[in-house]
Amino acid sequence: MATGFAQWGNDLYTGRRSYDIVGRRRTWYLISAVLVAISGILLIVPGLNPGIEFRGGSEFVVSGIDTTDQQLATDTVLAVAPEEVPRVTTVGGSSLRIQTAELTSDEVTEVTNGLIAAFDVDGDQVTSTFIGPTWGQDVSEKAVTGLVVFLLFVSVVMTVYFRNWRMAAAAMLALFHDLILTVGVYAAIGWEVTPATVIGFLTILGYSIYDTVVVFDKVRENTADVLDQTRFTYAERANLAVNQTLVRSINTSVVALLPVASILIVGAFILGAGTLRDIALALFVGMFVGTFSSVFLATPLEVTLREREPRIREHTAKVLAARAGVTGADGETVAVAPRAAAALRPGSHLGTAAQPKRKGR
Amino acid sequence: MAPPPRRRERPVRTLVTLAVLIVALFASIFAGTRWGDASLTPNLALDLEGGTQIILQPVPEAKGDVTAETINQAIAVIRQRVDASGVAEAEITSQGGDKIVVGLPGRPSEETLDLVRTSAQMEFRPVLVMGAAAPTADPTADPATDDAAPSDQPTKAAPDSPSDVAYYVTPAVQKEFEALDCTLPENRTGGVPGDPEKAVVACDVEGTAKFILGPVEIPGADIKSATSGTGATSTGASTGQWVVNLEFTGAGTPKFTEVTTRLAGQGTAPLNQFAVVLDALVISAPSVNEVIPNGQAQISGSFTRETAATLANQLNFGSLPISFEEQSVQQISATLGSEQLQKGLLAGVFGLLLVVVYSLFQYRTLGLVTVASLLVAAVITYGVIALLSWVQGYRLSLPGVAGIIVAIGITADSFIVYFERIRDELRDGRSLGAAIEKGWERARRTILASDAVNFTAAIVLYLLAVGGVRGFAFTLGLTTIVDLVVVFMFTHPLMVLLGRTRFFADGHPASGLDPRRLGVDVARYAGRGRVKQGVEQRTGSASAREPVAVGAPGLTIAERRAAARAAGTASAPPQDPPTTTDDEPTTGRPEGSDR
Repeated sequence: MATGFAQWGNDLYTGRRSYDIVGRRRTWYLISAVLVAISGILLIVPGLNPGIEFRGGSEFVVSGIDTTDQQLATDTVLAVAPEEVPRVTTVGGSSLRIQTAELTSDEVTEVTNGLIAAFDVDGDQVTSTFIGPTWGQDVSEKAVTGLVVFLLFVSVVMTVYFRNWRMAAAAMLALFHDLILTVGVYAAIGWEVTPATVIGFLTILGYSIYDTVVVFDKVRENTADVLDQTRFTYAERANLAVNQTLVRSINTSVVALLPVASILIVGAFILGAGTLRDIALALFVGMFVGTFSSVFLATPLEVTLREREPRIREHTAKVLAARAGVTGADGETVAVAPRAAAALRPGSHLGTAAQPKRKGR
Repeated sequence: MAPPPRRRERPVRTLVTLAVLIVALFASIFAGTRWGDASLTPNLALDLEGGTQIILQPVPEAKGDVTAETINQAIAVIRQRVDASGVAEAEITSQGGDKIVVGLPGRPSEETLDLVRTSAQMEFRPVLVMGAAAPTADPTADPATDDAAPSDQPTKAAPDSPSDVAYYVTPAVQKEFEALDCTLPENRTGGVPGDPEKAVVACDVEGTAKFILGPVEIPGADIKSATSGTGATSTGASTGQWVVNLEFTGAGTPKFTEVTTRLAGQGTAPLNQFAVVLDALVISAPSVNEVIPNGQAQISGSFTRETAATLANQLNFGSLPISFEEQSVQQISATLGSEQLQKGLLAGVFGLLLVVVYSLFQYRTLGLVTVASLLVAAVITYGVIALLSWVQGYRLSLPGVAGIIVAIGITADSFIVYFERIRDELRDGRSLGAAIEKGWERARRTILASDAVNFTAAIVLYLLAVGGVRGFAFTLGLTTIVDLVVVFMFTHPLMVLLGRTRFFADGHPASGLDPRRLGVDVARYAGRGRVKQGVEQRTGSASAREPVAVGAPGLTIAERRAAARAAGTASAPPQDPPTTTDDEPTTGRPEGSDR
């Protein structure tokens, strides 16, 4: 199978096998648009489930207990504050987390003592947390500031590196797509959004751009002299680049996702609510979507943008016209219009069609 | 783009350099454990170790913004308070530029928490009475009947001046003063400042004296700045003595002039002294020798460099009109954190194993290079974190651990990019040595660009973020740098060396760089007049897959034609014509290569 995969990689590299990713870009745009729309709806209808860091309130954690009896915890809280509707969650195998609205200092002490008595644990096994409602908001504000600064910075860096703002613009669009989808998945699953989740979202920024840069680097390499030849259009060359980096994209995302997936599984099924689980889900979705978007969205978007450049447009028209012309003159339809661009290998024979045509043949 | 000047590769030298660096890294940590307070394991942050974390948001009380300097001074004061209260290993840092995070191990008392959250208040009050630190046994001793005091009646309706002892020192204040024992540490932790209109009793910060102080005359906000330095004589020559220079604002200058005018006129101690009160503790009680009209004062005394600097800092802090708003108080149980760490690390190790299996599957022996590189990266990361936790007081948090685990994927990607590039070059028919060189040139650019993006993300997150985000950003940035170091100083030199072995250079099937599996079907010149035949032509089965690949340089035209005929009869017509019937002349070099 590995041989098959390597062979597949070879075929992709040489262009013997090629997926017309750029050519079918309308399909990808449609898929992405639908996914983004669904995410948008999910963000409105169930909406994100803000964690205590964003709502503000008090939180108690009872750890190292034998029974994770949630009712016992609820009753303990209600004994102190009858108005409360405590949220009780199991964390890990032997811990309970109880969240309430903000309690007074005295109430906190009472609840703590109540929990110590109810669960028959030592004093240091019950912890209490107070979180002001501004704390999470503050984190998100910082996150948004971070986002804006980061985007500006990276746009400039990419524009300079690729010497073309369109690449930066395409990467940014793909990035927003990734973020919206990830947040949408979070809304769909309904896990609490904690600062750890925000960390995950922010990391997607870096990863999405990172992945796109690797693909774009190949696009740039393949299209460096696209105007000096008349065999392939810009879009075909870019499509070749995507195909050539497909193996790398797959390998990278598998390698990146494996550790994240194992944290996610451990976090979700063994540890329960907590930092690791929250980061892992955001990362898992974000990395997956990030790889998808750098292959199926970023490059097609980049091509769409580039084809608006007059030089590229003229060149594409010229190539297509030349192809049509050749076909007409010869009366043959044999493969003069290549379905996909291919990399040339030095020393390989290109077939008789590559030879000068003999008149009257 | 012109190719960069070829530099002779010195893989062994690079590898040795890296080894020396790693040995130096760990040697310094070992040295630290022996002669310093370093430990071989990184310090753990509160979420893993357990403790209490308080996040404070400074709120400017009057005008102005909270600057970084303000925050630093506030941190200095909080640290001083917490240290004075005997809490060991408190971790007080600023985060996100405008927040103070106080981490206290264990379960601190309510008093300690109060110390942290109260805002510092600095005031200048006149000294009315000064006494020894111990409680006065004899209540009849009445220092208030000092001759230098204005002869006022205690019963009068209004004081003559803030130094009006007879007015301010009521029997109640006197009693409180006598009972106060400043030798006890708990009385020297400071606290909430007293009524600004009334006399208060206070200890000095050293616990050597206690005071009755008059009403507030100058608030701390009227201090413009304070600096420490060596005093100068009137001729400008340095006296070599440490002094604190104090400058008042425009509003403070006339007040200070007024105070010094009155106090200098009173002559005798303690009534010619004013007290600088911070958090209800007297941090300095200088006596006034002359009227200071220009708002620029100098406090001299038996200062050392440190004490002068401390006083200057405290005075500066006093000029900060800020208070703190508690954003979150979090008690973290160590058991919960350690469970997460344990399981998280377990998950990380498991994920790493999967990565190893996958890369061995994908890259065969080359996968071992990936594994070795990841191991080197892990060792360096661990070393740097241990070093930083010793030198910089860095503490590893749970989001930090997550950052490291995430970095596995990003680090491994560098190798994947590199290996795929080498394979691409092999597919172009290069020899392994050339493929490694050329592949490196190209992969290097990609790796640098993508790591630059990642590093940018880490820096932006680190500078702007608060709390856990920061620990995560830090490890992310750190691992990005480690990734670069490993790829440049380990993976690439190792590849160069491996490229010289027969196992790899001849393309052993298990090497991961087997040209046959990479579909190299081109003959290439192998030197000394020999032509290395394309693999397809050696193995019959492969030729069916690529039937028209017959152009082998080094053969005569006749031979080529014969080969073409043989290929034409031996197998079906081209199955996949698009590639092979292209109409561009052979350029003899791959498309899109660097020119």
